[in-house]
Amino acid sequence: MALQDKDRIFTNLYGQFDWKLAGARKRGVWSGTKQMIEMGRDGVLQRIKDSELRGRGGAGFPAGMKWSFMPKDDPRPSYLVVNADESEPGTCKDREIMRYDPHRLLEGCLVAGFAMGAQACYIYIRGEFWLEAEHLQHAIDEAYEAGLIGKNACKSGYDYDIYLHRGAGAYICGEETALLESLEGKKGMPRLKPPFPAQVGLYGCPTTVNNVETIAVAPEILRRGVEWWTGIGRPKNTGTKVFCISGHVNKPCNVEEAMSIPLKELIERHAGGVRGGWDNLLAVIPGGSSVPCIPKPTCDSILMDFDALKEAQTGLGTAAVIVMDKSTDIVAAIARLSLFYMHESCGQCTPCREGTGWMWRVLTRMIEGRAEIEEIDKLWDVTKEVEGHTICALGDAAAWPVQGLIRHFRPELERRIVDYKRTHGKAAVSLAAE
Amino acid sequence: MPTLTINGKDVTVPDGVNVLQACELAGFEIPRFCYHERLSVAGNCRMCLVEMERAPKPIASCHMPAQDGMTIWTDSEKTRKARRGVMEFLLINHPLDCPICDQGGECDLQDQAMAYGFDRSRFTENKRAVPEKEMGPLIKTIMTRCIHCTRCIRFAAEVAGVESIGALYRGEHMEISTLEKAIDSELSGNLVDICPVGALTSLPYAFAARPWELRKTPSVDVMDAVGSNIRVDTRGRDVMRVLPRLHEDINEEWIHDKTRHACDGLGRQRLDRPYVRNDKGRLEEATWDEAFQAIAGALKGKKGQKIAALAGDLCDAESMLALKDLMRGLGSANTDCRQDGAKVDAACRAGYLFNTSIAGIEDADACLLVGTNPRAEAAMINARLRKRFLRGDFRVGVIGEPVDLTYEVEHLGAGPETLKELADGKGAFAEVLKSAEKPMVIVGMGALSRPDGAAVLHHARRLAETYGMVGDGWNGFNVLHTAAARVGGLDLGFLPGEGGRDTTGILDGAEKGELDFVYLLGADEFDIGRLGKAFVVYQGHHGDAGAHRADVILPGAAYTEKNATYVNTEGRVQLGRLAANPPGDAREDWAILRALSDHVGKKPLPYDNLGEVRQKLIEAATTFAAVDQVPEAGWGEFGQAGETDSAPFGLPITNFYMTDPISRNSETMARCTEAFVLPKQKATGTHG
Repeated sequence: MALQDKDRIFTNLYGQFDWKLAGARKRGVWSGTKQMIEMGRDGVLQRIKDSELRGRGGAGFPAGMKWSFMPKDDPRPSYLVVNADESEPGTCKDREIMRYDPHRLLEGCLVAGFAMGAQACYIYIRGEFWLEAEHLQHAIDEAYEAGLIGKNACKSGYDYDIYLHRGAGAYICGEETALLESLEGKKGMPRLKPPFPAQVGLYGCPTTVNNVETIAVAPEILRRGVEWWTGIGRPKNTGTKVFCISGHVNKPCNVEEAMSIPLKELIERHAGGVRGGWDNLLAVIPGGSSVPCIPKPTCDSILMDFDALKEAQTGLGTAAVIVMDKSTDIVAAIARLSLFYMHESCGQCTPCREGTGWMWRVLTRMIEGRAEIEEIDKLWDVTKEVEGHTICALGDAAAWPVQGLIRHFRPELERRIVDYKRTHGKAAVSLAAE
Repeated sequence: MPTLTINGKDVTVPDGVNVLQACELAGFEIPRFCYHERLSVAGNCRMCLVEMERAPKPIASCHMPAQDGMTIWTDSEKTRKARRGVMEFLLINHPLDCPICDQGGECDLQDQAMAYGFDRSRFTENKRAVPEKEMGPLIKTIMTRCIHCTRCIRFAAEVAGVESIGALYRGEHMEISTLEKAIDSELSGNLVDICPVGALTSLPYAFAARPWELRKTPSVDVMDAVGSNIRVDTRGRDVMRVLPRLHEDINEEWIHDKTRHACDGLGRQRLDRPYVRNDKGRLEEATWDEAFQAIAGALKGKKGQKIAALAGDLCDAESMLALKDLMRGLGSANTDCRQDGAKVDAACRAGYLFNTSIAGIEDADACLLVGTNPRAEAAMINARLRKRFLRGDFRVGVIGEPVDLTYEVEHLGAGPETLKELADGKGAFAEVLKSAEKPMVIVGMGALSRPDGAAVLHHARRLAETYGMVGDGWNGFNVLHTAAARVGGLDLGFLPGEGGRDTTGILDGAEKGELDFVYLLGADEFDIGRLGKAFVVYQGHHGDAGAHRADVILPGAAYTEKNATYVNTEGRVQLGRLAANPPGDAREDWAILRALSDHVGKKPLPYDNLGEVRQKLIEAATTFAAVDQVPEAGWGEFGQAGETDSAPFGLPITNFYMTDPISRNSETMARCTEAFVLPKQKATGTHG
């Protein structure tokens, strides 16, 4: 039972309609916004809590709980920061939302900001998103002009400003505290936690950082009711989700689907199936480059939601499904991801700075099989030394794909090593001087 | 007072400490690289990870505040594995060049690798190499060794107050850089100390010695009047380096670059035997006996008022006492230890001390600087002021020349007029001082060593009283001296006696021929040309200005070569220790004077060993009995009401790197002068 069109939130995901204010209004955006604000801060907060909406940026933290961490009666101003620095390889959902449905995001900014008592909202958009930034800025200008935001936003008596800030395209600036540092004009390096942004965030003030999609769906939950939202998906994994299906499928696409849809159904229904048929599937990275891959047998029955994927030792992440068929050099693919993490590591803390490069170097040799069998265990050990020992989650994100590779494709790694030795002779494994 | 369970042991720790400190208090060592008590927490080395109950991941103990009910394991399997992993990561790109590394033997990485690391390397890739960086005349860089702890960045930005170091690039390409500029900070030498590895090492000390071949002597510094605690490292007779020694109330664990690097001046231009000027006007080597005979000859039949003595800036209290006793024995009252002509007055001890104390600065809530540049005159005090400033709510006003002090100041005026106005309760800064609970004023030598100094001092006292700076448990009146000898000299009364001449009087007298004999005890910082035709004896350790003019030179000992007493600007009595013997025939200064007293005057000085001299010192001033203490000095009348000149206050130090015979003879200080003080010379075609 796939998601019906009437339950879709992002009705202009493919850009076939007008993305500007007039078009957005036709699709229901900015309708009843004032009534949402009249629900009161606690009313909105309670509804979002009841909806069990989980953050769409990757970690899946309950949004209502996150918003409720914002202190009340704090003399400092507080801020909502929208994380539009979408850089996770494979992910392009926020891009489409901002490009074709910017008003949905802005409405969410107002409602969410109100629920957490924020005075202003900063949207930190990835530097490469030029068109998206143009659209978003245009939408912001429209919204100001129409009195939807700014002083007395939507005639609710609530003053609220929205600012757009363009980043410079560093992946690490998508980490919430690095994003705040970057927004403050510093080098994008994650902060130590605690204190969490809700206590000490942007400019030392209470701040909540949320993903674009999380914010954009919030008004619709309020508009249509919590029951509607919780009726989609499974408990704790409710609502709709934009999936980005890429890789070896016949029709790569972004699609809004119900949470907990089986992976196989998702790919076959919306992406035209795996290239060469389902049996030609090798593995899937179900949630963007940071999560471990899962082999075909797991893909046959897995549900696409936070908890099911966690049980399969992977994660929903950003719901960017990267499909790899049997023509894929899986080792090279994962090595490429390792190179990405090495390149994007901020260099602040030791395990990530040193470990990402090490993993990439070993993996690069393993593409050819230029390694020793024991090095597979060493590599596993290195990933474990990185994982959980870093300031932010980039260390984990760098370690997990490698762990997924070893967990599911160890025979392939061993085969390459044995083959290489057979063709090049035993001494051919060149090791660098100490 | 939270109570934690650490390794099964319950400990109660003070509020505000972090888990790392709590573990240390409980007696469990936590390895660390980036964490430093006096710097902000970066938490990036990840070496201090410990296991905390109910936390899914190990936590960085340096960053986690200790809270009630925490259960910490510092030696669990999880903790050990995390540490081993971090250690391994730190070492994979660290060169194995310990045998040629100057940090070898005192390297945190070396020590902790022994304690927490693997016994072999699993890293078979190529190691990273990073180009060396230019950081000026004091710091040598071998950036391949850098472990990116960012201590240097934080030190420069927080303690030194210069934003000149940062990190370029990201990931494993991250590099510490100053953008190829020298670090223009008087505290830059401390970067070498805080660097946990051999990435930043001392350039003048490069490849000079290994730590285990050095003899380490705790002593005190004489380059300024702060009396920073130092450790003098010697090999044989050579002072190889000077390092800071922890003293929370003075220098914490920092020292400035002159303290640290002027020590190579101890090996140049030294006076290592007595000299006597012969008939042809040439200085000729002599024996001690010949030198004493020459002095005795010159003094023969001279009346007391024709004789005078000046003590220099580096003199210890013992030698000043001996010289004073000798001069009084000869009937002379013409003695002065204020060769810069400072009009500080010994009538009231509180009138010439840094009464607030250096540590006390942290309690102050407003400060007024009068005619002083503490950054050059007392860098450690300036660091304290900056530390206080960074805590917020601390406004600093300046009367005198505006200089960059590394913190925000309000420039109020240039000279005595502004001071007078403020003392009358008028002016822009009056409100700040009035509303402050613990205001302080620092009066420098720029304000006092001028002809109207006594009147300036009078107004400064008036100002302190106007704003209630002196009261129960708080004395906000401070005089900042620039000479290590000064307070000691004032305490023991090395000042003009009854009817005696002060420095100006002595120089005027010598110029006019009213004085026949001048004894210079390490005194070089005045216009030597004004000594006229007087017979000059110079006792000191360097062939500096005074020695060139002298008729007899008596070679003395430098501060590292004698057991001696110094009193810092706070009035704190401290003992310097002999780290190496003086060169050649040179001797400890008080002993030279004692020996001279056998040849001149009526009877020899009444002490034969250091203990007896110190006994006499205590008799001269009881404050000498209390070593390393700052007894409260009673408030009283000092300064003299009188006309002030409207000329702006000057600054006593123009070149921080060269202020005394030792630093003037130091090659390192010359390089610093070239790099930081002198105008940059244009490169010509013949430059490389």
